[in-house]
Order: sequence, then structure tokens, then C-alpha cells
Amino acid sequence: MRPVIPYVTAALLFGLGVYGVLRRRNAVLVLMSVELMLNAVNLILVTADTTARAVLPHSGQVFALFVIVLAAAEIGVGLAIVLQLYRLRATVAVDDVPLTESPDPVTGREPAVVDSEAGR
Amino acid sequence: MTGADVLLLALGAVAVGAGVLVVTTKHLVRAGLYLVVCLGALAGDFLVLSAELVAWVQVLIYVGAVVVLLLFAVMLTRAPIGASDDLDRPGWPAALIGGGAGLGLTALLVDAYRWSTVTLPHAGTAERLGEQIFQSWVLPFEVLSVLLLSALVGAIVLSRPDIGRAAPHRDGTAADLVDSEPGGRR
Repeated sequence: MRPVIPYVTAALLFGLGVYGVLRRRNAVLVLMSVELMLNAVNLILVTADTTARAVLPHSGQVFALFVIVLAAAEIGVGLAIVLQLYRLRATVAVDDVPLTESPDPVTGREPAVVDSEAGR
Repeated sequence: MTGADVLLLALGAVAVGAGVLVVTTKHLVRAGLYLVVCLGALAGDFLVLSAELVAWVQVLIYVGAVVVLLLFAVMLTRAPIGASDDLDRPGWPAALIGGGAGLGLTALLVDAYRWSTVTLPHAGTAERLGEQIFQSWVLPFEVLSVLLLSALVGAIVLSRPDIGRAAPHRDGTAADLVDSEPGGRR
């Protein structure tokens, strides 16, 4: 088995994930690209488990399992955030979200919602 | 080139091709389905690399749960069914950074491993991995269970807006809850 083949696959997938995170506007597509990056890391870990003879056997595969669990937790919280964003703004485009404003402390209402509705 | 190499090449090509389609397609739902193809090909890669348990966990959790969650999110955010043109931002910085990361890592790994061969170790069956997890990695395992619990609680708190607003409402200073319900704002 030549380890360079899965390593190159993983490197290309990671680059694709980086490209997708920076390129996509839709927050759900950004999450999909993050999944691509996490899977590239899993492939690196599993391949390293076959190439490197560690003191503890199968450490790479155990770490890949841990990364899968982390990805599951990440996708749960991430989708909750995306759905909350959709409720507040009626859009999931990540570059429509200004980072500099804070919600009104009394009502908890986002000021930009009022502005954008008045603007339309 | 052995049979394992040919399989790894074919599955890797499928995974990278499906990955390209995930980040370039104009159909939101098709991106999720291409993601299934990509993750399935990676599960096949894991099988060839003798990581049986990781492969089946990948199929169960990623293809079974994560992609279904993503498709639910596509539906809940009322994504358009057909092709949509506003999914992308201007591309050249993303192509620069993504291509740089991918090709740079590729050059690094190709330089490190060249065309060397290794023999595959024993298969990572559930028995062997279970021994490792519950002997050497017990503490990270338990920490991960706490993390999963906190992620669960966090997702529930995030997706229920009435939980965070209950406290000011009790003082009588906040607007009533009906007004701040998300349904009334659409």
C-alpha cells in the first residue's frame, strides 16, 4: 500500500474545504465545506495509523473516532445557530450579517431586522 | 501498484471529484447529495486502509446523521429548489487560499512519502479499538461524552428563543413574549 495516495487525497479535500468555506455565501454550504475539512483530517489520521508504528496501536483510528464525535457535536450546534440566524434575518447568507452591532438589551430584538424591513 | 493502491486511487478520485462538486454546484440540495458520495468514498478508503470500525462509524454518523441534519437545515431555511446564482462570493481570494492550502499540503506530503510502500497493520476491528479506547483513552472518551451533553444542551438553548428571554419578562420590563416570537416577524 502506498500511503502517498490517501495523503494526497486528504490534502486536496482539505484545500477544497478551505475554498468552500471562503467562497460560499450560504451558511449551510459553509457547514458542508467544514465537514469536508474534518473528513480530510480523519483520512490523514487513519492513514498515519497505517504508516507510523506508534507505541499504542491504533491511536490514529481512535483519534479519527474522536474527531467524528466532535464533528457531530459541531454540526448540531452549528445548525442551531444557522436556524436562529434564519429566524432573526430571514436569510442565511453569511456576508449579510454585520459583526459590529449588538441586540437591543431590553427587548432582545436585533436592530438590523427593523432597518432591513424598512429598507425594503 | 497493488490492488489496494488501485482501490485507493479510484476511491480518492471519486472523493475529490464529489468534493469539487460540493463546493461548486449551484443546486443547494445536490451539494448535500454530492457530500454523501464524497463521505461514502472516504468510508471505502477507510475500509481499504484496514480501519473497519471507523468506516462503519463514518457511514452511520456522517452519511446517516450529519447529512440528514444538513438536508433538514436546507429545507428549514426554505432554500430554493432549482439552481440559484447567489450562492457564491467573489472567487479569487478563496481560490488563492484554498488552492494554496491544498497544493501546499500536497507538495509537503508527496515530498515526505514519495513512492514508498508500507504493509497494512492488523485491521482496526471493534474489539481492538475498544480495548484501546477503554484502556489508554478513557479520560478523553469521558470528556467527549461531557462535550456531547453540553453541545446537546447548547443546541436546545439556542433553538428555543423563549429560554433566554424568560428572565427580563418576569420583571415586567421587557416586551411581551408574543411580540418577540419569531413567527410574527416573517
